[in-house]
Amino acid sequence: MAENADLVRQLRASNRKRRLVSLGLVAPLFLFLLFSFGFPIGTMLWRAVADEEVGRAFPQTVVALASWRGTEAPDEATFRTFVRELKEARANETLAPAARRLNYDVSGLRELLFRTARRSLAADLPSVKDALLKAEPAWGEIAYWGAIRNAAGPVSMFYMLAAIDMHIEPTGSISAKPEEASIFIGIFGRTFAMALIVTLLCVAIGFPVAYLLASLPKRLASALLLLVLVPFWTSLLVRTAAWVVLLQNNGIVNHVLVDLGIVSEPVPLIYNRFGVFVAMTHILLPYFILPLYSVMQGISPNYMKAAASLGATPLRSFVKVYLPQSAAGITAGCLLVFTVALGFYITPALVGGAADQMVSYYIAFYTNTSANWGLACALSVWLLVATFALYAVYSRLVGGSKGPLP
Amino acid sequence: MSTLGGYRSWQQRVGMVALWMLTVAVLLFLIVPLIVIIPLSFSSSAFLNYPIPSFSLRWYDEFFTSAEWIGAVKNTLIVGSLTAILATSLGTMAALGLNRNDLPFKKLMSLFFIAPLVVPIIVVAVGTYFFFAPLRLTGTFTGIILAHTAMAVPFVVITVGATVAGLDENLVRAGASLGAHPLRVFFKITLPIVWPGVLTGAVIAFATSLDEVVMILFLGGPEQNTVPRQMFNGLKYYLSPTITAAATVLILVSVLILALVGWLRQRVKRLQVREETA
Repeated sequence: MAENADLVRQLRASNRKRRLVSLGLVAPLFLFLLFSFGFPIGTMLWRAVADEEVGRAFPQTVVALASWRGTEAPDEATFRTFVRELKEARANETLAPAARRLNYDVSGLRELLFRTARRSLAADLPSVKDALLKAEPAWGEIAYWGAIRNAAGPVSMFYMLAAIDMHIEPTGSISAKPEEASIFIGIFGRTFAMALIVTLLCVAIGFPVAYLLASLPKRLASALLLLVLVPFWTSLLVRTAAWVVLLQNNGIVNHVLVDLGIVSEPVPLIYNRFGVFVAMTHILLPYFILPLYSVMQGISPNYMKAAASLGATPLRSFVKVYLPQSAAGITAGCLLVFTVALGFYITPALVGGAADQMVSYYIAFYTNTSANWGLACALSVWLLVATFALYAVYSRLVGGSKGPLP
Repeated sequence: MSTLGGYRSWQQRVGMVALWMLTVAVLLFLIVPLIVIIPLSFSSSAFLNYPIPSFSLRWYDEFFTSAEWIGAVKNTLIVGSLTAILATSLGTMAALGLNRNDLPFKKLMSLFFIAPLVVPIIVVAVGTYFFFAPLRLTGTFTGIILAHTAMAVPFVVITVGATVAGLDENLVRAGASLGAHPLRVFFKITLPIVWPGVLTGAVIAFATSLDEVVMILFLGGPEQNTVPRQMFNGLKYYLSPTITAAATVLILVSVLILALVGWLRQRVKRLQVREETA
């Protein structure tokens, strides 16, 4: 028995050691990805909900406003605290970031804050509220106070809601922005619509190709497949550059069209939606053809023969026998193309016009140009949510390792 | 079509012809844009159009001699090779770990390792920019290599993972039972068997870095100009024929990469066949 217990102990020890080796093998990559992928995503998520500037500049005003109902201007005590903190905020330089943040919510508020801060109201007035309202009547507007209250932080849904054209009312309820102030729903809609059209184009022209290639003898199919693989492996910028060269106003396609007499003068083929669709379809088509081809290759011709021998017309046997078997490949290819298309940035930026930019462009814009980082991150979160939702559907349908993505 | 046997109606023949015509048209659509710009890069004219007045190598001369492009090529090669080395080392180790059945949280780990492939690049780029900026990693080669490695490593995990799945564990056990150090077992037994997968991963990691422009646009300072970034700026502001020379070189590189990956895939397949028959 003692020997036995010894053996068990030894076995346990060796198992523990093996486990440690396994962990030791994945640990470096785990730590690496945590640093250069996990933390960046975490930073992005945090910035999408972080809302600290106003609380930092007006720590007690936001506390005083917490119990405010948002239906009329706040009370004298709140005004008094606010005026005092405004002076302090101006002195300790927390005012500028807070004013910037508040201006995102209600435009004009930044100017009002700076103007008010410059008027140093005496602290010993009988009523600060009356004095301030007399000097700056705008402080009677509940929208301004609502903006300050809702920015109390340290976290809020302000940017996440702004990224889908919604905002928080002074009363605390959430509502959609008026139509003329709505931007992002339109941008998301456009992004989805463009990705959908590119996906449909890929299906329309990719399906016949995959179908024919799968039915050809292996050697010929492999040779023709090279024409799909070479573009697939070629740099995205090279392919985009090729379309710029081809589709320019004095480019090759326009020359051919004019020479053939199809058009009398060059037509705009680029820096519009048409150019984006052509270039995106060109870039994404291999993503559709390759997985579908491998699925179709696995479909035994015997089923079609059986259907034919049972008297089904070719069309009927195609629809009833072939299509259902290739459905998984079609769906997987569609989801893959659609998901990748959603995140496109470079190609629309280079071959599209101002009205053809997708959500990625605005993420880059709010990061690099306008420096509204909260909004850039919130847009990223929504794009990420859409992508993950699609990926969940994809991995459920493809079920593990059969697709080009695991 | 072989599936329908010998007897074909005229409708089927018409259908077949239409299918062939459509397929050829689509394949031309895929390949012609790439082929068209190659001759333009040998044109003596600055206009990117046909007919080509006369052939010249002036754009290649500019590509290979201008400080801007040479610098970009050098940076691309540095970033690409270091990314490939880092991604291959980390990814190969992780793939070996994932292949062992006593690893805890295996499913979760592999999901995490694949995640950079699924998240849109722009999202990762924004997050990386905000995370790296306070660490002073933006505008540095280190930062870009770290970011590129994160993007490339899933490919290594996948390709190496596919190869080690066919690895006979008994060989590794035999080596270990004979008293070999695990590192020795890896270099003497595992690596000689799985190297095609490892090299495929390295090549794809390099290609990922070579093709990457979004991350560079967010993280790169003036020092970190790469070929894709140079091309992006060229396409955005001034379409110089040098871009067609760069594009031709890149097409050549991708054909080489494709050939290399194809050759390696044959090796992997042969390995798997041998495993199955063994």
